[in-house]
Amino acid sequence: MGNGTRLGKVRGLGAAGGGVVHHWWLQRVTAVASLFLVLWFAFSLARLPSLDYASARLWLSQPIVAVPMCLLVVSVFWHFRLGVQVMLEDYLHGSKRVIAMLALNFYTFVLAAFALFSVLKIALPAA
Amino acid sequence: MASRPTAPAPRPLSPHLTIWKWRVHMAVSIVHRVTGHALAFGAVVIFAWWLAALASGPEYYRFFQDVVFSPLGVIVGFGLTWAMFQHMGSGLRHFIMDAGEGYDLVTSRRMAQGAFVFGATATLAFWAYILLGKGL
Repeated sequence: MGNGTRLGKVRGLGAAGGGVVHHWWLQRVTAVASLFLVLWFAFSLARLPSLDYASARLWLSQPIVAVPMCLLVVSVFWHFRLGVQVMLEDYLHGSKRVIAMLALNFYTFVLAAFALFSVLKIALPAA
Repeated sequence: MASRPTAPAPRPLSPHLTIWKWRVHMAVSIVHRVTGHALAFGAVVIFAWWLAALASGPEYYRFFQDVVFSPLGVIVGFGLTWAMFQHMGSGLRHFIMDAGEGYDLVTSRRMAQGAFVFGATATLAFWAYILLGKGL
């Protein structure tokens, strides 16, 4: 066995040591997961008899709903964070980009925390 | 040694949006990014707000419903539903192209057109199902 081809040695090594391929792959993985979860969510909402407080809470308190909902939050939020990062890398440079990237991370994590906490608050007492 | 100009000579710029002939492939690509960001900064906020309102109690949830089911709220909701299905359609196109398929001219154009057709059809079908099924 040799040491592999020169292409093989650099494959998977982006400018930041693998971050590029990792980013690309995770964007695809979260895209597939989001595709199924968002379709599930859209059709579940459409099929609910009513979106009023009582029926929405009753629906969300079931484990069969609360668990996919948490997965949806993780998958969709992760996916959009990667997508917005690409846009920021295209249009912003230098310190502006650093600040925008920080803001994007805070935005994503704060909203995700609110969403996940709310699902758990509704679903856990019912368990 | 040859003397060098003090200021660097202007470099040729890559052609930008204004110079390209507008084609459906490029439109679907731009719309993919625009709808993705509308979802990231619009739909996601309303979604998280919905969950937080649901967890906050009936009074606050009524306020949420008043805003979201207002005429303006429904128009925004319709637009975001389209953004979701459009992004989904062009996202499926990306899956095919990531697999290295569909790059010949005819298929490439058909898939770009298909993404727009899917986005519009799915949005209308979804809202028809909601409105006809429940009579909001």
